[in-house]
Parts: sequence; structure tokens; C-alpha cells
Amino acid sequence: MFHKLIEPQETLAFTFDGKPLKAARGDSVAAALLAVGIIAFRHSAVGGEPRAPYCMMGICFDCLVTIDGIANRQSCQVDVAEGMVVQSQHGPRVIDGRIPE
Amino acid sequence: MAYLGRSDYVVIGGGVVGVSIAWGLARAGVKPLILDEGDLALRASRANFALVFVQGKGLGFPDYALACMAAAERWPQFASELEAETGIDVALRQMGGFSFGLSQAEMDQQRDAREKIARETGGRSANYEVLSYRETRERLPGIGPSVAGSIFCPKDGHVNMLRLFFALHAAVAARGCQYRANHGVRTIEPTPEGFRIIGDWGEVQAGKVILAAGIDNQRLAPMVGMACPLKRDKGQVLVTEKCAPFFPYASTVICQGDEGGIKIGSSTEALSDSILTNQSLSAVIAKRAIQVFPQLATLNVVRTWTGFRIMPPDGFPIYEQSRSAPSAFVAACHSGVTLAPNHAFGLAPQILAGRLGAEFSPFTARRFCVPQAH
Amino acid sequence: MTAQIITTATDLAPAYDIIVVGAGPAGLTAATEVAAHSISALVINESSEPGGQMYRAITRLSPEAYEFLGPDYWQGTALVDAFHASRISYAPRTAVWSLAPAGDAPLNGAGAGLEVGISLAGEARLLRARHVILATGAFERPMPVPGWTLPGVMTAGAGQVALKSAGLVPEGRVVLAGCGPMLYLLVYQLLAAGARISAVLDTTDRRQLPKAVPYLPDFTRSAYFWKGVKLLVKVLSSVRFVRGVTGLEAVGNGRVEKLRFRTGRKWNEIDADVVMLHQGVVPDISLASSAGCALEWNDRQLAFQPRLDGDGQTTVSGISVAGDGATIGGAALAEVSGRLAALGALASIGVLDQTRKADLQRPLQRMLARFRRGRSFLDILYRPRDAFRIPTDDETIVCRCEEVRAGQIRSAIALGAPGPNQLKTFLRCGMGPCQGRLCSLTVTEMMAAGRKADPQDIGFYRLRPPVKPLSLGELASLPATPEALMAVTGSPLGGLHSSPGPATPEALKAVTGKTTPL
Repeated sequence: MFHKLIEPQETLAFTFDGKPLKAARGDSVAAALLAVGIIAFRHSAVGGEPRAPYCMMGICFDCLVTIDGIANRQSCQVDVAEGMVVQSQHGPRVIDGRIPE
Repeated sequence: MAYLGRSDYVVIGGGVVGVSIAWGLARAGVKPLILDEGDLALRASRANFALVFVQGKGLGFPDYALACMAAAERWPQFASELEAETGIDVALRQMGGFSFGLSQAEMDQQRDAREKIARETGGRSANYEVLSYRETRERLPGIGPSVAGSIFCPKDGHVNMLRLFFALHAAVAARGCQYRANHGVRTIEPTPEGFRIIGDWGEVQAGKVILAAGIDNQRLAPMVGMACPLKRDKGQVLVTEKCAPFFPYASTVICQGDEGGIKIGSSTEALSDSILTNQSLSAVIAKRAIQVFPQLATLNVVRTWTGFRIMPPDGFPIYEQSRSAPSAFVAACHSGVTLAPNHAFGLAPQILAGRLGAEFSPFTARRFCVPQAH
Repeated sequence: MTAQIITTATDLAPAYDIIVVGAGPAGLTAATEVAAHSISALVINESSEPGGQMYRAITRLSPEAYEFLGPDYWQGTALVDAFHASRISYAPRTAVWSLAPAGDAPLNGAGAGLEVGISLAGEARLLRARHVILATGAFERPMPVPGWTLPGVMTAGAGQVALKSAGLVPEGRVVLAGCGPMLYLLVYQLLAAGARISAVLDTTDRRQLPKAVPYLPDFTRSAYFWKGVKLLVKVLSSVRFVRGVTGLEAVGNGRVEKLRFRTGRKWNEIDADVVMLHQGVVPDISLASSAGCALEWNDRQLAFQPRLDGDGQTTVSGISVAGDGATIGGAALAEVSGRLAALGALASIGVLDQTRKADLQRPLQRMLARFRRGRSFLDILYRPRDAFRIPTDDETIVCRCEEVRAGQIRSAIALGAPGPNQLKTFLRCGMGPCQGRLCSLTVTEMMAAGRKADPQDIGFYRLRPPVKPLSLGELASLPATPEALMAVTGSPLGGLHSSPGPATPEALKAVTGKTTPL
């Protein structure tokens, strides 16, 4: 869907759903995922719809992913760091320790 | 200026209390006109926890404790009738509720209150269990280590408030009641045939008038020979992003809606009349919630809001039929959700019959010995 | 020389004379103007880099490799350099999630001032300020067409951010749709970056042209004109340009695959892997609105904006707004507006006397008026069509967060909901994390159209903090005041309200005098 205008000098390694990927320093997680052709970042909490970045500036909340274990991070607002673990999300956020009925 | 003609029944107030009463009247065959304010009116119905709560209610006022019990018992019927009429499921969940104590002093205070209520009601108030930290943890794994204990009542529950509101409005509309927003009432004048209700929009004649206008009842009640004294009580609530089902019970600290967001409360401020939220307060509310459920700490707060509770001086409802103008009634309470079935199935038929029965006598504002308007 | 950069919350002072929120053109000029005076001032930037959206990534990009972004972009370097040369305290990567009158103890004896909630490196703080200048800019007007939530459909602004901040060029079948100078600028930039664009579907309503023509003279005299003409000529000659588009629908399974479009009475379709939509930008009013500032409907620009005086001062004392957050005008206008607001703020805290302020503001106000006149032609010509602001198809999603559809909204309007807040209560639209940024205008306009009323009378969603995401833990880390503890627990040291009960005399005494009515 997107290619890089300039090949980066320095790359950072991160993973998305376990898949090892590379990003340029300064790329947001959203940009890095778009650059490698990721289509849907998540499936929505309400209707399970596939969603991906819409605004890339932090106001649409459609680019939400789990970063280093914390869910609902706006990937367009977080820069890739070396070793970052990014995961797509499916449905609403799960809290540890669901209370049994 | 419009003249809306005459309506046998006019309900002033389109919040959950007003619409519950209106639906009760409509079920009995009449078509009340509902007058409501505008979009930005103070609306306690928009800003609440939506609990159907009985534990701890009615300390010093056993009739109220029992009224809450009765309401909780009637809630399933209320919900299923609303669903049958509108197709809207208000997500009633009555699996029980917890009050948490973050110190032994808090536990003692809560337990003492419930024991007293049990004595005052001759043992007819809701059963409850006092649980230690360990016992609480068995039922609620992951509860925070600083929780001293909890009190569980199997009769407590919660409902989806917004869908309840939508369902009530849909139900009264389907039954042919007229709902007029942006029709705030300026004055009510008793007339030989009933009342003349006047606002900036015009006027309407009413046979019977029911004041369910929340905070504004205080101003309107004297116009029809009653008093509805209220004290200021602002509450603040935080709401988180949607989460997978986590906490199915009711509690005053957290309550998870069926759509996933977790409401977190609560507070009471007596002096603020600003509708803005207070961030320091939000911080304390957040802190207590995390003490109870530490795993909530990473959740994002999506919004906060405030509401002004409809709070008579002793905290208990006011229901009254005017002596000088017996076709006027007033209903004011802060537990409009819990008591909704009582309003629809109990209060409305008695308003229709023209006389409030003995069950409502303890709730008149005369208990405050407030001088009547002349 | 650089500004003093703040990276941890402990480096923040508890109070400042002036806080500027935003580091786009208006924030940069406001900050530079304010920094010239001996007061304590802070600039807060959500991003890690200055420049806002317009000059996004400007400190990082190579002017040679990115020359194609154009001279209008690169002139931002001068603003950033001046900003860095000032000695102002600067907190990047810091979100402002609340703003309100402080309402309690007076600050520096000059009134209670304002309370600003910030979040930096995972810690929340409440700062005080005597004056706050909001320069939070604008964002894309929502374009609720069927399928707009599909992966692969994004805004032109998103395309610009991707290009500037990560050097991303769209590939595959790329279609842009909408109208307005920013759309054509993006086409120009993408072509220059080597993108191949399948088509530009232009939704400009030609009926607006005769209405815009009386404003042509001012436009031709303005800076916008010649750039605009050159741009358009290049764009028209380089891509398939379809005019008069009156309907759009994105279609696909799991992602956008085709874009259907209507011209005249006919529907056509074009294959698409990436769709970028644009129909102008609208002011970001979140902080102003949540602070209680009065908003007014700008019918020329079809958006709510804060009610301001000549200094950019809102209806809440101590809060002013500059730049696109005040009214849409672009970078040049924002720069002037930032300086005007700064001068106003300096006068309001007593650093400049009114005469000096008026003298300094006069030439700026003339420039502002000239820029505004020059804008009118564009605002009128590129007024978005009704069909793209008020969805006709009932299945179109209006509230993306809560997935509320146009048909549901119409039903609730018919039920008599008096305004957007009651509608929010009925349907949950506006209750998601975006807090209505992407649906508020649509809802207000749907109600206005449905009721044949003015959007000004319909109103907008009431916003409450936090207006940016804030975790419960961060919120909990704010210091607990005795009054707050009392309100939540019934004791200034922490106790418990199990359910709201009568306020005890002790409780009342503890909060006596704390809050002041607004």
C-alpha cells in the first residue's frame, strides 16, 4: 500500500503479531505497519469491523494496537523502538482476571 | 406563542422519573403530555451509575428500605414489559452487588448501618453477607490487597441506563404520548379546571400536573401548594474504554455496562454548582478504584461527567399530592433507576385514581416541617 | 541555543504566567512573541517535534530530498528556528487533557487562574497558568460516505503525515476524492514524490462558483492565488481528474477494493487500494469547549469555532485561541493570529499596557483582515456538498467509534431528541474515544437539516476531560487534595461514602469556601 521514498540508513527491529519487521528511526508504529503492507490493524470492539489508520494524527482512534502488552495504544502517536512487540487487537480490551459469575 | 390546548395529564420533566410515570399512566390508557427542557438541561438521568441497589438503603427510614426492595423485585417485570413494547433490552442484571471497605472503620460503619436497617424494618430488608478480605477474594479474584472486606447483597443489580432511557421514550411515543423538548415551564397557575402551564413557548391547560422536573421541582412545587426542598449534591463519574466482560456485579465503586465501558465513582460535593468536572476529584475516584481492582490501572479514561443528584435534605424521596390543589403531584428522588418500577406500576396508577395511598404518606415533604407556600 | 526542553514531569514548574498549547505555526509565533518578555512561559507539544501538522517533521527532513513539499512548507523552518532561539521552556511529547478555570485559591494575588491537566512520560500533573493560549490547530472534516471505515480509506491529511513523517508514498491504485486546496496540494506532492495516482474525483460544487466570484479580486491579490493556480494547472494536466462528483461509496471485503462515484445521474466505479478523502479542515475545539468557552457556528466554513474578541480571547477569562483552532485560515494567517494572541495575553497579565499592545497589534490586524478576505473565495468555492456532510444512505456509519449509523440517528431525531447531547444519550454516538471529533459536526448538521433549524441553535456535544487518552493510573497519580478526599470518601483523610447520604456538618465545613460558582 505504501513504499518508502528514501531507504533508511538505520533500521529498528520490531515484531507485529510475532512477525519480525523493520522500521526506520522516527517512524510511528502506524507508519511502519503501513510501510510493510499491513491492511487491518484491529477488529473493532462494537461490531468486529476491520479498522486501520484514518487520520494519522491521533484523533480517530482507529489505529489502536497493543504495544509491549498495553492495549489500545494509538499507533500513530508512538514511535517504533528497538525490540517493540506490537499486536493487532480483536474486540474489546481484556482485563486480567475476569470475575466469575 | 403557541397554545397547546388542554391535556388531561401533563408530566413536567422528561428524565427517567418523568418518563417512568408517563409510561405508567400510558399503560393505564391515558396519553400524558411530557414537557421537557432543552439539550443542555441539567439531567440527572444522563449522569448516573444505573444501579438497581437495595443494600444500605433507608437508614432511619424503613419505608424507603422496603420501597427499594419492592422496586428491585418488580424490576424484571418492568424490564420485560418494556422490551415487549419496544424491542429494546435494557440489560437488567441482578446478580448481586458489593460494597467495599478500604479499612476496618469503613467496614464497621457499613455493617452497622445494615444491621440497623434490618432492625428498623423488622428483618424485612434485604439479606446481606459481611465478607472478610479473604472471602471477598474468593468471589472476586484479583481484588486489591488493601480491601478490608465487602458486603454482598444478592438483590442488587444494574441496568443499561441509556437504553432504559431510550426504551421509555420509545414506549411513551408508541403509546401516543406527546413529548415536547425545549418546553421548560416558567409558571404553573392553578385554575378552577386544573392548571395553566406557561413557558416561553406558549401555554397549555392541564387537568392533572405531575412535577418530575428534578432540581427544578424546588421552584415549581410552591406554585401548586407544595414544597420540594432539595440540597445541592454534585456527583462525578469516570468512564473507561470498552473492555471485555470483567465485572458482572453491581457496586458503587465500579459498574461495567453491557457495552463494555466501566463506570467508576463516586463522589458528592455540596457546594459546587459548576457542571465542569474536577480533576482532583477524578484522581481520588481513580485511586480508590485501583485500590479495589488494581488491574484497572492501565485502562484509559474516555470521559468524565458530573450530575446533580435530586437530593432532598434527608436523602429520601419526596412523593406528595398537593392539599390545596389535589390534582398536582410531585416526585423527587435520586434513585430514579432503582425506583422506576415503583413509579410506573405504583405511583402512576394512584395518580390516575386521584389519590396517593398510604404507602406514599411517609414521603411527603411535610416531614421537613417546611412552611407551605401560600 | 535551544529552548529549555522538558522531558520529565518533575522538571515542570507548578505554575506559569503563560502556557501555549501547540507548536504549529500559531503556537510557534505565539511562543516566540511571549518569550521576548521576562515572564515564566511554557509551550506544550503533543508531538515529539515542533511544526504541528502543517510543518510536520520539518526539523527532520532533508530540504533536498523533500524539496517537492514546496516553498510554503519550507518557510516553516524560519518559524522553528526563531522558536528554538527563544529561551522558552518547551515540553514535547506532552498531552494536555484538561483545561478549566482553577476555581480556588488565587494565584499570585491575581485571580485563581487556570488549571491545565498534562500527561508527560506516563505521569499526570495539574499545572496552573494565568493565561493559556490554545493553538491546537485543526483536523480533517469527516467525510461520512458508505465504506469510509474500510482499511485503506484515510484522509488526505493522513497521506500528508505519512509522506512527511515517514516518507511513505502510496502505491497500487491510488484514488483521491474530495475538494479543496489541500487535496490538490497533496496530489502535487505525491506526484512529485513519484506516486502514480489513478484518479482525482473532485466533489467541488460548480454552483458555488458564481457565489465565490465576487471574492475573486481579494483572492487574486492574496498569497493563496498564484500558488493555487500553478498547483491546479500541474494537477489537472497530470492525472485523470473527474469533475462534478456528487456521490461516493467505498466498497470492499476487509479493505477498500473499489470506489464507486456518481457524476450526473450515472454511477461509475474505479478500482482502488488506497483512497484519500478530503473536504477541508475544521477547528479542534476540544480544549476550548471542555473549558466552557462559548462556541459559535461559522456558516461560511460549516464548523463550530470559539467566540473570540480581537485578542483571540474566548468567553472564559484567561483562555485565548490562535490559528486554525480559532477559524480556518492556513499557515500564514495562523502565524499572525499567534502573535496577536500573544500580545493580548501579555496585556491581560499586565506585562504590556493597552496602548502598546494596540500599537503592536495594529499592523498585524491589517494583515489578518487581508488574509481573511483572501480566504473567502476558497471557503465559498470549496464549500462541501450537503450529500457529503449529511449522509443520505441509512447504513452509512456516522459515529465510527460506536458504529452508529445514519438511519439510527434519523430515528432518534424523529423521537424528539432536543439536541446532540440527548441523542448521544439515546444512541451512544459521541461516547467513544474520539469524543465526537469525527461525528459531532455530522450529527449537528443532521439535526439541523431534520429540524430545519440553525446549527447554532442545535448546538454540539458537551465535552469533558480528559480530552486526550489518560490512564486511570495516571489520573490516580495526581495529588489528592483534602477537599477531593472529602467529596469521595466523606473524610478529608479518606473514609467512605457507601451511598450518597446526607452531607454531615463536618463535611460541609470542610468544603466551605472551596468552589466558586461559574
